[in-house]
Amino acid sequence: MSERRHEAGEVVLRLQGITKRFGALTANSDINLTLRQGEILALLGENGAGKTTLMNILFGHYVADEGRVEVFGRPLPPGNPRAALAAGIGMVHQHFTLADNLSVMDNIRLGTEPLFSRGRSRTSVRGQIEQLSRDFGLAVHPDARVGNLSVGERQRVEILKALYRKARILILDEPTAVLTPQESDALFKTLRKATELGLSIVFISHKLHEVMAIAGRCIVLRHGRVVGEVFTDATDRAKLAAMMVGGEVAMPKAEPREAGPVLLQLEQVTTPDKGASPWLKRVDLALRRGQIVGLAGVSGNGQTAIADLVSGLARPASGRLIVSDKPVDQWSPRQALGHGIARIPEDRHKTGTIADFTLTENAVLERYTNPEFSRAGWMNWRAAEAFARNIITKYDVRCPGPDSRIRLLSGGNMQKLILGRVLEPGPQIILANQPVRGLDVGAIAYIHAQLIAARNAGAAVLLISEDLDEITSLADVIHVLSEGRLSPGFPRSSKTPAELGLWMAGQGFERVEHAA
Amino acid sequence: MSELFDILVSAGFWAAVIRIASPLIFATIGELICERAGVLNLGIEGIMVIGAFTGWLAVYQGMPLWAGVGVAMGAGMLFGLLHATLTVPFGLSQHVVGLGITLLATSTSSFAYRLVLPEVTSPPKIEPFQPLPIPFLSDIPVLGEALFSQTALTYLAFGVAILVAWVLFRTPLGLALRATGENPSAVEAQGLSVTGIRMGAVILGSGLMAVGGAFLTLSAFSSFYFEMVNGRGWICVALVVFGAWRPGKAVLGAILFAAFDALQIRLQQTPIGALLPYQIFLMAPYFMSILALILMSRRAEVPASLMVPYNKGER
Amino acid sequence: MRLEPIANPSLARRIGFPAAALGATIVTASLLAMIAGADPFKILGLIVKGAAGSKFAALETLNRATPLIFTGLAIAVAFRAKLWNIGAEAQLYAGAIVAVLLGTGAIGSPFVLPVTAIAAMLVGALVLLGPVLLKTRLGVDEVVTTLLLNFIMLLFVSYLLEGPLKDPMGMGWPKSTALVKEARLPRIVDGLRLHWGFGLALIAACIVWVIQKRTTLGFEMRAVGANQGAARFAGMPVNTVLIQSALLSGGLAALAGWSEVAGLKGHLSLDLSPGFGYSGIIVAMLAMLNALGVIIAALFVAGIFVGSDSMSRAADVPTYIADMLLALSLLFMVLAVLLARFRVVRG
Repeated sequence: MSERRHEAGEVVLRLQGITKRFGALTANSDINLTLRQGEILALLGENGAGKTTLMNILFGHYVADEGRVEVFGRPLPPGNPRAALAAGIGMVHQHFTLADNLSVMDNIRLGTEPLFSRGRSRTSVRGQIEQLSRDFGLAVHPDARVGNLSVGERQRVEILKALYRKARILILDEPTAVLTPQESDALFKTLRKATELGLSIVFISHKLHEVMAIAGRCIVLRHGRVVGEVFTDATDRAKLAAMMVGGEVAMPKAEPREAGPVLLQLEQVTTPDKGASPWLKRVDLALRRGQIVGLAGVSGNGQTAIADLVSGLARPASGRLIVSDKPVDQWSPRQALGHGIARIPEDRHKTGTIADFTLTENAVLERYTNPEFSRAGWMNWRAAEAFARNIITKYDVRCPGPDSRIRLLSGGNMQKLILGRVLEPGPQIILANQPVRGLDVGAIAYIHAQLIAARNAGAAVLLISEDLDEITSLADVIHVLSEGRLSPGFPRSSKTPAELGLWMAGQGFERVEHAA
Repeated sequence: MSELFDILVSAGFWAAVIRIASPLIFATIGELICERAGVLNLGIEGIMVIGAFTGWLAVYQGMPLWAGVGVAMGAGMLFGLLHATLTVPFGLSQHVVGLGITLLATSTSSFAYRLVLPEVTSPPKIEPFQPLPIPFLSDIPVLGEALFSQTALTYLAFGVAILVAWVLFRTPLGLALRATGENPSAVEAQGLSVTGIRMGAVILGSGLMAVGGAFLTLSAFSSFYFEMVNGRGWICVALVVFGAWRPGKAVLGAILFAAFDALQIRLQQTPIGALLPYQIFLMAPYFMSILALILMSRRAEVPASLMVPYNKGER
Repeated sequence: MRLEPIANPSLARRIGFPAAALGATIVTASLLAMIAGADPFKILGLIVKGAAGSKFAALETLNRATPLIFTGLAIAVAFRAKLWNIGAEAQLYAGAIVAVLLGTGAIGSPFVLPVTAIAAMLVGALVLLGPVLLKTRLGVDEVVTTLLLNFIMLLFVSYLLEGPLKDPMGMGWPKSTALVKEARLPRIVDGLRLHWGFGLALIAACIVWVIQKRTTLGFEMRAVGANQGAARFAGMPVNTVLIQSALLSGGLAALAGWSEVAGLKGHLSLDLSPGFGYSGIIVAMLAMLNALGVIIAALFVAGIFVGSDSMSRAADVPTYIADMLLALSLLFMVLAVLLARFRVVRG
């Protein structure tokens, strides 16, 4: 155990009194942090605690209002990613920063050579990348086009980018959010190897078991402040959880329940290939009254295709979509709404709301043709505003009022407005696509409770999430998606996360296909 | 049909094609650089006008021809700087700013022209670039006259296209440019300045557009008319799409377009031309551009961040 | 630098920046006047006097504003839905052609005026329908196609004026035969040189305003323009909305040509529009795409044009100063509108 502490390592990175404000919001408040040579330091905190902001300051994307950063004893000039890179900091962003039109090699060498020069020969660059791939166990082909890579491969390219620049400090922002459990294990292996080779690592996460597994030391952030610093071998998950959330938050539990008849069904559905998202391969899926069906899997394996089908944006190329016992021939978002399908989209900023519209306008966005809100093409804005006010009160949306623009709202409040908008009409079927991504614990608990309540009231819920914990805690039946294939439904608690992870990686489908 | 054949095999026809293509090549390559960095530059039409005007003015005032080219390029870069400042750090609508630049550059040219020559009705001429036959090569039958007896500016146009293609696909600078048009955050994360690259691309690209305009006054027509650019800039925007954002294909597109243009001019003088109103022939290049856009609409790989402003705050 | 949205921009900010834009335009105008060797204060005075200094000047400005209101509305409607219709010039000429085709005796009174107006709108709408269908069906960018159609349309008009529509009495000038009296728009007040086209433009602006603010179509247009993905997800028929916007936009632009022919000129010629289609972009942007704002912006733009014309004659400063000022005011204004809502911050 003691080898995980690395007490003796020299300090490679020191953050002192970092404060950053965005308008009225203080994202980071007087944060101090040190990283020692060869250690893995976890930065733990829930969404919105200020972890990413802090690392963006360190990397020079943002400039701190107060405080200083020292790398290897030298102060780091603020607001300059180039300086951070030169000082030996490598960052793996949560949202990958790769150019899809370029090869792996080009993405890696980008910015490493003087712009006005011939640059190094391809052979020598390729050789170095291949060497690094072997040393760190990061298999990826240098000449592959990044646009064709899987999420896991992209992450390896991101890490290689840092290693190619001879980074001494590696920062990984929520690196496991997009990986299968097995891929996460492989990543941990790479990270341990990196520390053996002398690198120091900051591992940003909100997942306790990962932090316990990989990090020696852990700094906990809450509301932009450091609220604790502990060695992982001297604490446990419960203590960390309490520190992270600031007390007990009771996460709602879905009690097992008898499911009703099928309300929506995909029968041998195939969808055409659309660029990067893989097509669905003969998918069978049934949503029943009073049941939450969870869809697990690494994003980009067909989740979007299924969500588009259910929400009305796409139609099956072959196979049938059956709603209320009738196969649909006409299918559009408006048809889906007409069938009583509530849709919580994956991206609340880009598809769920219109940033420059008011809360009122966003509240009636999908129901403005309803006689309640318009007649013969004339809008009844008074009724629309009343509807918005009702949602604001009932779903506790914190906002200046129904006339303010929705762009000013926090993610949680935005999601509550969407939730109110789709739940108010009393839907039969609910599509919840990544409903709590990026939200804090309070908002997560609230939204999960609402979904469970809707289920208990008889709705059929389809929950799509990358977060396996979310799926296993809410879903009555779990399906796994892998490369457009859908696994059979597994009843609650019948599979371990590791077993589900194997399905995510594509194992198990062959046996099913053979049997069929 | 024999008339058509006679036209297509005459050296004079192909010489005209290359001549007509030259300004389009400059401007198309200029637009291509801007768009590869993620900025649609609709100032192109006006910047060609300002290039045509300033290049002409400099030479008219007694400067050497090459200085005229330099002045035109400088003027184009100035308007490019204005475009870049408004669209890159401020992220304003590239459509609106581009059209505004076109209106501004066009009216500035007209205003300045009238200041310099208040009363003149027939535009004064300058001594333009003369054909510069390349020894030996120009002696090749047909091909020599078509390709190697052009003015220095035409050779420069092809040289620029080759240079830009080489930089784009073979150097770190080109790599950075291609990455910026695709995903600016990738560029930022590798320590490069998205703002710097985009602004540089727009300024340089605008300079090339202006040289394209200057070609009209310094190599093709030898004097300045208000309407002389006449939609060539917009055609170049279409040529960038047609060329799938690749310099080689864009040059081919420009030559194809020029061949069509030269052909319609010659067809007007044939018996076929007498049958149809001449306006039909003049419309043809514009229809041809629209057709090119339609043909390429589904095939080309558009830079993913074209027209998407990059603001560090919205990551 | 970075732009940060301001939650509730103060009134001072929302008025101050546009005012500064206007100020910057005036300062540039003064500089240009000095470059032209004239006294800036005198020039500005002459422009104002030329635009509104007399009854004649004011009426001239109102007449000039009429087509600008129509094209400004056309652009405002299209741009609101993020449909980049840069082809108002072509649609304008389409309307003018229809006014001549049907107004030179083809239809008898008393229906000739409403019939030509409606027909002009239909044809103008059709001219824009092509590029929009190419956009919605094939994904062809409409900016270039609408721009190129302007050139094609001018050549077509040139053909018509030398061929089928040629005025036999034209003495070699390419212009069409004149409209019959019944097809002409009457003057609003007898003896004053202001035709009913202006009144119709005001009515059109009010109708567009109502559509934008009060109808489901207006809501759809705004939503499609603000965020097409969200609009589609919410069940809005995005392509239909784009087509509807295009039809409305093309129809409005065509009315500009129709009213110029039927109200002002009485015939079609190649210089019917000194770029009203392009100036309409400036009008719409200065009005921040608000239909009622278009009226004010059109009056401003028309005033600059008319004032500069008369100033040019008096002070020997090239009349193109007007185009420069308007282009500058457009660029200053879009920047000002941005700065009214966003703060420039470091890092």
